Amino acid sequence: MKNIFTLFITFTLVVSLVSFVHAKRGSDGQLNLLYWQAPSTMNPNLSGGTKELEASSVVIEPLARYDEKGNMLPWLAEEIPTVENGGVSKDLTSITWKIKKGIKWSDGTKFTADDVVFTYEYCTHPDTGCSHTNYYTGISSVKALDPHTVKIEFNVAKPFPYSAFVGYNTPIIQKAQFDGCQGAKAQECTKQNFYPIGTGPFKVVDFKPNDVIVFEANPNYRDPNKPAFSKMVFKGGGDATSAARAVLETGEMDYAWNLQVEPEILTKMEQAGKGTVVSAFGTAVERLMVNFSNPDSALGENRSEYMGGNNTRNAHPFLSDYNVRRALSLAIERQILVDAGYGQAGKISCNVLPAPAIYASTANDECKTQNVAEANRLLDAAGWKKGSDGIRQKNGVRISILYQTSTNSVRQATQAFIKEMWKQIGVETELRNISASVFFGSDPGSPDTYQKFYSDIEMYTNTFSGTDPEAYMAGWTCSEMPQKSNKWAGNNMPRWCNPAYDALSVKMSKTAALKDRIKLAKSMNDMLMQDYAMIPLIHRGDVSAHSNTISGVRMNSWDSELWNIADWTRK
Amino acid sequence: MRRLLLAIPTLLVISFIIFAILDLAPNDPTGNLPMTVPPEVREKIRVSLGLDQPMHVRFGMWLIQFFVNEPLNILHEAFGISIGDATERTRILSWATRSPVIDLIIQRTPQTLWVVGLSYLFGILIAIPIGIVSAYKQYSWFDQVGTFISMVGFSVPTFFTGMVAIIIFSVQLKWFPMIYDTTLSVDSWQNFVTQVKQMIMPVSVLALYNASQLSRFMRASILDNLNLDYVRTARAKGRSERVVLLIHVLRNSLIPVVTLIALGIPTIFSGAIITEQIFRVNGLGQLLIIAIEGADIPLVQTLTFLFAILIVLFNLIADVVYGILDPRIRYD
Amino acid sequence: MTDIAKFEELSQEAVSKHRSLWGDVWIQFRKHKGALTGVFVFSFITLAVFIGPYIHDIDPSAINFKKRNLGPTLSHPLGTDNIGHDTLAQMLAGGQVSLAVGFLAMMIALILGTMIGILAGFIKSLDGPLMRLTDLFLALPILPLLLVIILLFRDTLRTLYGPEAGIFMLIVFVIGITSWMHTARIVRSDVLGIKEREFVTAAYSIGTRKSRIIFRHILPNILSPIMVSATLGIANAIITESALSFLGLGFPPDFPTWGRLLYDGANFIQITPSRVIWPGLFIALTVLSVNYIGDGLRDALDPRLRGR
Repeated sequence: MKNIFTLFITFTLVVSLVSFVHAKRGSDGQLNLLYWQAPSTMNPNLSGGTKELEASSVVIEPLARYDEKGNMLPWLAEEIPTVENGGVSKDLTSITWKIKKGIKWSDGTKFTADDVVFTYEYCTHPDTGCSHTNYYTGISSVKALDPHTVKIEFNVAKPFPYSAFVGYNTPIIQKAQFDGCQGAKAQECTKQNFYPIGTGPFKVVDFKPNDVIVFEANPNYRDPNKPAFSKMVFKGGGDATSAARAVLETGEMDYAWNLQVEPEILTKMEQAGKGTVVSAFGTAVERLMVNFSNPDSALGENRSEYMGGNNTRNAHPFLSDYNVRRALSLAIERQILVDAGYGQAGKISCNVLPAPAIYASTANDECKTQNVAEANRLLDAAGWKKGSDGIRQKNGVRISILYQTSTNSVRQATQAFIKEMWKQIGVETELRNISASVFFGSDPGSPDTYQKFYSDIEMYTNTFSGTDPEAYMAGWTCSEMPQKSNKWAGNNMPRWCNPAYDALSVKMSKTAALKDRIKLAKSMNDMLMQDYAMIPLIHRGDVSAHSNTISGVRMNSWDSELWNIADWTRK
Repeated sequence: MRRLLLAIPTLLVISFIIFAILDLAPNDPTGNLPMTVPPEVREKIRVSLGLDQPMHVRFGMWLIQFFVNEPLNILHEAFGISIGDATERTRILSWATRSPVIDLIIQRTPQTLWVVGLSYLFGILIAIPIGIVSAYKQYSWFDQVGTFISMVGFSVPTFFTGMVAIIIFSVQLKWFPMIYDTTLSVDSWQNFVTQVKQMIMPVSVLALYNASQLSRFMRASILDNLNLDYVRTARAKGRSERVVLLIHVLRNSLIPVVTLIALGIPTIFSGAIITEQIFRVNGLGQLLIIAIEGADIPLVQTLTFLFAILIVLFNLIADVVYGILDPRIRYD
Repeated sequence: MTDIAKFEELSQEAVSKHRSLWGDVWIQFRKHKGALTGVFVFSFITLAVFIGPYIHDIDPSAINFKKRNLGPTLSHPLGTDNIGHDTLAQMLAGGQVSLAVGFLAMMIALILGTMIGILAGFIKSLDGPLMRLTDLFLALPILPLLLVIILLFRDTLRTLYGPEAGIFMLIVFVIGITSWMHTARIVRSDVLGIKEREFVTAAYSIGTRKSRIIFRHILPNILSPIMVSATLGIANAIITESALSFLGLGFPPDFPTWGRLLYDGANFIQITPSRVIWPGLFIALTVLSVNYIGDGLRDALDPRLRGR
């Protein structure tokens, strides 16, 4: 009887295994990915660009990842440490990760806690020039308690301890390979940087920087039946539109990344029936930054400089007026911007913090509908009267806006729309576009960076990685204002300074309970929105396209889009 | 020889001016990083790239690396001759990839030579006969059609012709791939066919563009020479038209064409930025444009300087060729 | 009194003689069918872009969101673009700028290139320095150079002449200054050959002044490559202008030019083909007509051909 029972159990197990595993490792041949911005290195510590993070994510992996809904999943770790399961200490000053047993590097050696410790040491070495040191801030030590346990200790209590080794920014590199590459030597370890050994489903066999990467299935990958593809080609170069064409119209490629193209073009291409456009929303918001300081070039050195108080000593001639800022926001019909530039990859946003959903405020929904009449009424009431040229003015100050952004066809269309919408309320707009490498470059010698903000309004997208907004929201505190004295390093582009906001930010860094953190983040968002320090426009999603012959793609904005590539198969 | 020696200080001055421009330019190597990288981390990255050093120090470093270290390294790798300690020498490292610039250039050269070089060759081969016939039969239908095609070929930029070619031949007819595979090694007949297929579109788009420019100058030059006294003399002597045209006229008409070709050959090595982008050939042109966008100064500096050497060299060669084509032209 | 009358008579004669030279050229030019067609097409394009906006009076910057990506209709003969601009109005407005930029930048490049080419070819002591200068300009990395130029001059010009006029000057200057080198090299190579020809050495031997040799004997003989350069130069300038606006050096992004329309429209070729066909066609037609005018001019100015 007992024997029959065991037999039965074994039988069902075998059956379930067989039905579960149809694909064998490498049975689906070659997978072709197209990233129109080509990766320049496979070591994300030395680049920090999204394209490098994406490419390296199929080789080197973190302890935990985010899934497409923003939930944390244990990846190389057994489970997510929490206070409840004892992984995070009660005083929030340490976190202990348990590593899965039996994980091997692609060269067959064992993955241990020492590799995790080494990754920390590598990145935090002062001369490495690592792009992700901010994920390790506040850490006092990383120790291997045993080959499968890593303990991270913090200087102060960390209410959100999941920044190091979580997500694709901080994957673990092999100690044996990178030993000797720390510090200044990091630059010269070309072989290591191009061919990192990893634990992921693929390994690099050929790397041509800024051109193409050839991967093969990792023979030592922890799941013996994955990945389904034996070879993967990761091609780069060209532009977004033709990348979309290669998947949707010619079918030469299986996956194309980051297709910020006008929606009607994608729809038209999709009609060819070869592929599907997918999108996912993270935390990115396209917004207008409002300059609270005066950018007049006649001020010379003091252009766009904050000079104490609530910016009263160098206040913007018209944007310092609350009514003007509010009217500018009310005059915009955001749905038009979404339809013309973003399609399924955009939603109207009235918040600078639109996601994760638990943080999204509903207090600012006034902006969802355009209200030109109200905007005009506000301006009239505030004494801004239309002059003979139809432009509003008061005491000799005309509302004439210089509106800058980076070069990008969707952004230029948005600019054109907003200019037209503002015309309806008697506001004149001059548009300017700046090459992205200059605009987002932080060369202190250049007048055209987004930090210097030598214009009245500027537009760009900002976002934060992971799901915790604490650091992101701290970007609008007074000390974050870019100015001459800090070489314009800072995130508070509007030069908006409010002590009440700073107090909330400090409070948040000391609050642990999620419920309270949500409340704080929401009220900070509302404070920014209701004073119109920024005018949010669009909650932007990521757009990619995959061939209809590929299944298993789960588009993810919180982590690498290739996070689950081990599960992809060809139909 | 004296002119060759004079070229060296010229090149040094050029290299300094290039460096100064790159240094002054407002783009920044951390400009393309995502917004999530905070300013203090960016500053550290800049320091790790050596950007905190004053400009003359960085220029000096580059000079030593380019003129001493890299040649020694090539000697070492190619012939096994080592002078000094090879491991101690710093090489010119690209900021974006953290790998030696020279290796990148070597990696990119084959596809650029194949695509851009061949298109230039075809361009010349098409342009010279068209130019000759157009001039000899001025205002014939052949000349008119040739003029029309070359003008359209020149005034419609390659980003447009390239895209139209892709839509017709890749999307509609499915004859050629729209993506150039740089990993393909031509080791079998089948791979050779694939290679030819993927080269057809980029090569023809570029060849059309090059040929239209060259054929115009060729035509103009022949027209100028056809009416000169020596042609009349040659005809009067009873030489056949073919001899007159191909030997006397062509020889003298080649001078401006030689100039143009000398100007054009260096551009083969600088790649064709737009065409390489459209077909994803990813040769030297794409390398240069990515380096410029990413403010990868060592890479831009080295590429541009190699280009400058070729320009100076080929312009000198052109001067020598003038002397051969027309012995009256002398340099003393 | 009589003296003065005589003088006047003489000078009248001189003037009429002078006139008759240009008259000759004109008569010759008129015989050139291609050139006449060129003049006709070019004047038509010029007239269209400058007078057209008074007939088709839709504001090129007006946006009608509900009328996006339209095909040709009665009110929008060339359709609309993806933000609802009227394509015809944009074509007309863009033509004014493109023609002006193309023509002026080409003239700068041509004059500079011809001057440098002649000086280098003709005066031996200047040859070396001028040719090395040409090499330098050929070798300069254009994109970073442009970024430096924006950095140095944009704000000054903007405050002096306003955003559009200031940038217009900057663009014309930048294109001119970066595209004269081919002309210079070609002109020089021609001059090198021509200055050894018999008629030049003859002119020398009778003591003709150098400037006279240049204008009388050299310049007419190198006209054809200059004319070809001019044609190619216009096309180059129109296209380069659109490339500049992507760097942020060009006109404000809502300011249409033919190059920009072509570039922006390229991605929409499968949706609204008229957005690319028309700017492409007009650039090509302009270049083609300038080419034929150049051909005609060259033939008309060539004394050997004039008698034919």
